[in-house]
This record gives sequence, C-alpha cells and structure tokens, in this order.
Amino acid sequence: MREPADAAVLQVLELRATLLAAIRRFFIGRDFIEVETPAIVPSPGLDLHLSAFEVRSTAGEPVGWLATSPEYQMKRLLSAGAKRIFQLCRSYRGEERGRHHEREFTMLEWYRANATSEEVIGDTEELVAFVTSALHQPAPEVQPPWQRITVDEALQLHAHLTLDSLSDDDERFFRVWAEEVQPRLGDERPVIVTDWPASMASLAQLKGNGMADRFEAFFRGVELCNGFGELTDATEQRRRFERDQAERDAAGVPVYPIDERFMEDLERGMPPSGGNALGVDRLLMLLIGAPSIQAVMPFPEERL
Amino acid sequence: MADTSDIKKGFKMLLDGVPFAVVDHQFVKPGKGQAFIRTRIKNMMTGAVIDRTFKSGEKLDKADTEERTMQYLYPEGDARIFMDTRSYEQLSLSNEQLGENVHYLLDGTEVDVMLFEGRPIGVTPPTFVELLVTETEPGFKGDTSSNTTKPATLETGLQVNVPLFVNTGDRLKVDTRTGSYVERVKG
Repeated sequence: MREPADAAVLQVLELRATLLAAIRRFFIGRDFIEVETPAIVPSPGLDLHLSAFEVRSTAGEPVGWLATSPEYQMKRLLSAGAKRIFQLCRSYRGEERGRHHEREFTMLEWYRANATSEEVIGDTEELVAFVTSALHQPAPEVQPPWQRITVDEALQLHAHLTLDSLSDDDERFFRVWAEEVQPRLGDERPVIVTDWPASMASLAQLKGNGMADRFEAFFRGVELCNGFGELTDATEQRRRFERDQAERDAAGVPVYPIDERFMEDLERGMPPSGGNALGVDRLLMLLIGAPSIQAVMPFPEERL
Repeated sequence: MADTSDIKKGFKMLLDGVPFAVVDHQFVKPGKGQAFIRTRIKNMMTGAVIDRTFKSGEKLDKADTEERTMQYLYPEGDARIFMDTRSYEQLSLSNEQLGENVHYLLDGTEVDVMLFEGRPIGVTPPTFVELLVTETEPGFKGDTSSNTTKPATLETGLQVNVPLFVNTGDRLKVDTRTGSYVERVKG
C-alpha cells in the first residue's frame, strides 16, 4: 500500500469538482442544456494575437487545429435552433504560459439566443455569486450588481489617458492596459468593462455609439471572461475575417482558414444572441485566493 | 541571441550596455491583445530595481556574466582584494562597488564574485556571517526576554540592533540579506 496522496492535490480535486457541479446546477436551473463540441476544429479563430496547435494525422496530413474556444461550433448550434446552451471544455492556446495562463485550460462558454449582452452580464454576475456560495467562500464582494466602467473610463482613471489618444496604436493600448490598467481593475469587487474598440472584437456586433458590444469582467486584476452581443451579419463577419487574415499575414504568423461551415450557417441565419467565455481555472483561483491557476489544477504542464 | 521565452528568475540580460538580473516576471496577455512579459529587473552595477515590460517574443541580449567563489584577503586604499582559491588570481573591488557588503568581509571570508565581461562588479557574501561586538551599552542584568533593543557596533563597522543582553565581546550571527541580528553565538 502506498502512502496517502498529496493532500493539496486532493483538496484541489474536491474544489474543482464542487465548482464544476455548481456551474452545471446553475445553468441547468436556468433551462440551459449542456453541449459538447469537438476539440479538433477546421479553424481555431483568426484573432491576430491568437496562436493554435496544429493537429496532423500519423501520416502527416493536416487534420485541423485544437480549438482555442468552442465559439464557432456553439454559434452553429444557435443557427440550428438551440436557445440556451453551455459547455465546459478544454481549450488550447499556443505560447500562453504564466501564472494566469496555461496552454490547456478549462473554458466555460454559454450562449443565449434572442438575448443581448446585458442578459449575459446578468448570468455572469449571478453565476459567480452562486458558485461562490457553493464553494462556501465568504465573499460578499461578488454579490450582483457589479460595477460598470467603459474602456475609455478605465484608461482615464488608471492611466490618465483617453482611448482616443491610443486609437491608432494597438500595441501601445495593450501595453498601457497590461501595465497600468488591468492590474488595478476589480481591486475590491468584480468590475464589468464595456465599450471596447471595434477593432478588438471580430465576432461582436457594434453598438449605436460605434464601439464593440463586448464586455470583460475583471476581479483582483485578473481577466475572468470575455462576452459579446454576437455579430450575426454574415457579410460583415466575412469582411472582418478577411481583415484578420491580412493582419496575420502582415505580422508573419500562420494565417488560419475561415470556417466556411460557420459562415454558411451564419448566412442561413443566426438569431441575435449573447455569449460569454469564462476561464474556470481563473475563477477557482480567485475565489479561493490561490496564487496561480497552476495551483488549482491537478496537472498543469509544469507538473505533467 | 535570447528572447523573452528565456526569461526566468536570475536570467541576466544586457540593456543599453548595462547588465540586469530578473528578480520577478509575469506573462500577461490582455484578452484579444498582444502578449507581454512584465519583469522586475535589478541593475547589477547599482543594485537599483526597475520594472520593464517586454513584448512576448522580443529579442534580448544575454549579459556575459560569470560568478566565481573567491576569498577576501585585505583592504587596499578604497578597495578590497579578493583571491580565486584555485588559480590564486587576485582582483579588487572598490568599497563603492561592494556597498553594504563591505561590512561582511573578514580575513578569509568566501564570497561569490560577479564578473561582467570579465570585470568584477559585485559580491554575494555568505547568507550568515559571525561578527564580534566591539561596542555596545552594557545591558541590564537578567533582562533576556524583553523585545527592547539597543544599537551595537560590530568589528567590521556594521551597526545592528541587538537585544539588551548582548555585550561587547560577544559573537553575533548576522543575516547578510537584511543586515540584521539573528542570534548570539555560544562560546
């Protein structure tokens, strides 16, 4: 008989199981159905700063890529008529390794047909409060409603810069965001950041004010989720995908193909929808005060 | 040529001709955005610590540094002389370069000398050193429990706060990372 296993690993297993069960209870209680979509996909997403693992057969034939998120396939399910769907799955990003990044991580993604991003923000707030109590974490600060702030306001507050002054320099925007703004977001309570530049949300619709209908939640300086009022205009979607491809080409990074089945379904029609993608490992890390996402995974790469 | 994927604690890079050592680092990537490595780096010449953010994948120049164990021999003017115990090669570091570490050098103390492009730029003393008290106010007899402290001067000129029971002539263990008193050494 071997010695009892590492107590810290066992505790992580129990906390994760409790969190996953609570997430499922939350969505099932709201008439969502749980779905599964493939890990190997024909296009991993075209955002400029996204890197994916290519999958090849034993004979060396290209098969596809590991999904960086299940977004395209879940939206195809909306086109097929699904109303409320959620998924807990592994997603994969190349070149992302750090205290808040792991190349393989657990994603929670959900969509509501005939809904706006506002309703999905509401889901997010209530989900976090629900799972926090399921984990028996005393965290009154996560109770809804959360504070709201626009990207422009966040920049002015924490970096004394306006979005306008950074509008022609994405790299500078991200540098300022990473150094000055994000570390200070959601210091005491989670905060929802809205009104992102249109160039930073390829799959979101535009709001009346010309900004992307995109939101992100931050808690203690960590990005927790990214949600959209989804773009349903197929012509506009193709134009943006082609722009993304041109940007990738210019930057000398692999140019991934457009998912044509996704485009066909979009052309046939997708209802106006809201969706959100949330990092489950980061959520658990934040709720139990762990120092890294690796600390809440039984087998992060460094221990694999 | 190195790049940001080589960054880890202790990694030494050259920035504008000055060697820096990584103290802390974090990968950050704003959603849908460019990835960066935020670092806290220490100027190996001055000891000053600064924050610097690199674009993920950015090329870096590795600093040509080497650490050698050497023995402290003696002072010479405003400098101190050290000797490599294997090659017997000697070199000198100015008191200014040594900074606080000048207070941890006794005849024969073994230190790690940091060389940058072949020239010495600083030393790392042992974590703990034992030093003699040369001057301190007499303590109150029997008071060994109080948290009150008093100043003491040690044989190298180092000033530390010590408990009241410490007397001139005692040997003390000192933590060179903090420059603080650890305990009185018996005997």
